[in-house]
Amino acid sequence: MMRSVTKYALLGTAMGLLAAVPAAAQSSGSDGGKDKAEVIHWWTSGSEHAAVEQFEKAFDAQGGNWVDAAVAGGGGDAARTNGINRIVGGNPPDAMQFNTGKQFDELVQNGLLRNLDPLAQKYGWKKEINPVLLSAVTEDGHMYAVPVNIHSNIWLWYSNSALDKAGVKPPQSWDDFFKDADALKKAGIIPLAQAGDAWTQVLTFFNVLIGEGGKDLYMNVVKDRSADAIKSDAFMKVAQTFGKLRNYVDDGMQGRQWNQAIALVIDGKAGFNFMGDWAKGEITHDGKVPGKDVGCIPGLGHNAFWIGGDVFVFPKNAKDEKGQDLLAKVMLEPKVQVAFNKEKGSVPVLTDISTDDLDACATKGVNLLKKEDYVPSSDILISPDLTGSLTDLVSSFFTDKSMTPQAFVDNFADIMAK
Amino acid sequence: MKPRRLRNVAAQTALIPSWLIVIFAYIGTIAWTIRISFTSSGIFPHYDWVGLKQYDRLFDSHRWVVSVQNLAIFGVIFIVGCLVLGFLLAVFLDQKIRGEGILRTLFLYPYAMSFIVTGLVWQWILNPTLGIEQAMHAWGWSSFSFDWLARGDRAIYLVAFAGIWQSAGLVMAILLAGLRGIDEDLWKAARVDGIPAWRIYLSVVIPMLSGMFVTALVLLGIAVVKVYDLVVAMTGGGPGISTEVPAKFVIDYLFNRQNVALATAAASVMFVAVFVVVGPWLYSQYLRRRPGEAS
Repeated sequence: MMRSVTKYALLGTAMGLLAAVPAAAQSSGSDGGKDKAEVIHWWTSGSEHAAVEQFEKAFDAQGGNWVDAAVAGGGGDAARTNGINRIVGGNPPDAMQFNTGKQFDELVQNGLLRNLDPLAQKYGWKKEINPVLLSAVTEDGHMYAVPVNIHSNIWLWYSNSALDKAGVKPPQSWDDFFKDADALKKAGIIPLAQAGDAWTQVLTFFNVLIGEGGKDLYMNVVKDRSADAIKSDAFMKVAQTFGKLRNYVDDGMQGRQWNQAIALVIDGKAGFNFMGDWAKGEITHDGKVPGKDVGCIPGLGHNAFWIGGDVFVFPKNAKDEKGQDLLAKVMLEPKVQVAFNKEKGSVPVLTDISTDDLDACATKGVNLLKKEDYVPSSDILISPDLTGSLTDLVSSFFTDKSMTPQAFVDNFADIMAK
Repeated sequence: MKPRRLRNVAAQTALIPSWLIVIFAYIGTIAWTIRISFTSSGIFPHYDWVGLKQYDRLFDSHRWVVSVQNLAIFGVIFIVGCLVLGFLLAVFLDQKIRGEGILRTLFLYPYAMSFIVTGLVWQWILNPTLGIEQAMHAWGWSSFSFDWLARGDRAIYLVAFAGIWQSAGLVMAILLAGLRGIDEDLWKAARVDGIPAWRIYLSVVIPMLSGMFVTALVLLGIAVVKVYDLVVAMTGGGPGISTEVPAKFVIDYLFNRQNVALATAAASVMFVAVFVVVGPWLYSQYLRRRPGEAS
């Protein structure tokens, strides 16, 4: 008798616990009358944090309540995993960051993101936003994301003090680059500061592809996935140059983050670093002047601007729709755009903003944009799945000196043929 | 006492929640995962049918092959290392030494840390420009070189080493409990017969501890199959893809690379592999009626 009483008591407790869990989950979420917005992003380095604070300040000043849900790491891999998981699971954040491109296509196709047309009409966004970006966030004529910046990934950064110490000048061509790198090596300075994350190695690869191969080769290889272009001598040259870079990195590469890599260049401990123009954020954050202390080359060999950047999407069924509206409006206000992009090291997305007080590197970028010397980012051209396969290949090749450029080209062709 | 049938009803009622969890949360999701692996799903599941296409791609993928090889290397080194080191530590502590309490805590302490912390700490220690190598250079031994973490062909061994550092203490605790359960008289008898201690351990004690070894083996085996966090924290799968593991392949494709079908195909392969290994053992342990035993 005693035993069965215990059993029923246990059963009752278990059921009580089961009932209590959803109740506890429901109890959070009062916002004190303010328009709350929980925002998932991956801006966690010093300068990125300073930039995202501009959004937060402006949003809070206009009656919002910014709830920060930053997820660090992996060029956004971790944040996107977290956010997509929550959207698919029915507990979406109010806003979430993606890279400009195809990363959120499927969310749009499955009707999980808010159509921003009403807001776009109200604030006249479609006339003001850079057309390449506008088309990247538009599907079937509707706008589904707010672009917040234009970044170019294909910059070569160099330390003037390190080059002086090695007694060489900034490179004009890839031949110069390798001469400089040899001199730096002799002077006991790390020639190329490279981060260990696979995405940073992919970025270096695209630097070489566009710089050495030119933007036509890039478009033929990445957009058209042309087998002839991949088998061409020009692409082989790219593979060889990229492979040669393997000899100029140091042992500390593994485990190094992108901001630690550019910091080596800022401190003059390394000569070169391939990184997007968000690196500029780290440079100014350290009190240095981009273009003066740390030089910049937009695509060594063939100058070009790579149009990419970040957008925010606003999932349907989020907790606070008014908060979403307000946040979208704030992000595209000219004043906020300037303040944010200055910290972030990027170019504002609104075409009519004055670009007079930009630094030397940003001016180079804006000039290339005006001359239409630009290419869409790889995120705009190819799917995350394909990008993933390329990432595996590029990072294997870059970290394994026994792999030949020929093997790299063959594997590259295989991946692109699928 | 109530009649037997009534008690059975009560027992079965109490088990309903467990049954529901088993059927829907375990068996149901396994079946669903396998179903999805035969589709062309992207971020979201579609219920079309593409046959073995995802499996073709999976076994064609260099990264998957590397992941499986790494799991084998990691698994063997990690399990053997933990068992040997854990056993030696347990025997050492069983010698009625002084300060056993402190030492026991010290050896078990790494297990209190998650694999994430373990991975990060060892990443810093083994990083050639931050850790041991740098320290040796700073102390004047400039020819010292230990760059395994930066070498694709060696990094996986360091991951296994960090795993052993973390988990050997657990094996020690389990085996120490077993050693304490061994009758003092056995040692006295062996001493009278003049048998050397190592011989007693090898021929008598280890067979007596076989149950403990199996427990440890199962715990370590589970840790091997699901290893993910240690790799993410310590190497991020790098250099290149040289320390990738199957669980990381699944997670990467499931979310970031937006290919649920390929991820579920990989997960199904993992499931089948585990099932093939564990199934016969489960059968012999629980399902087969032992001879001479009433049901």
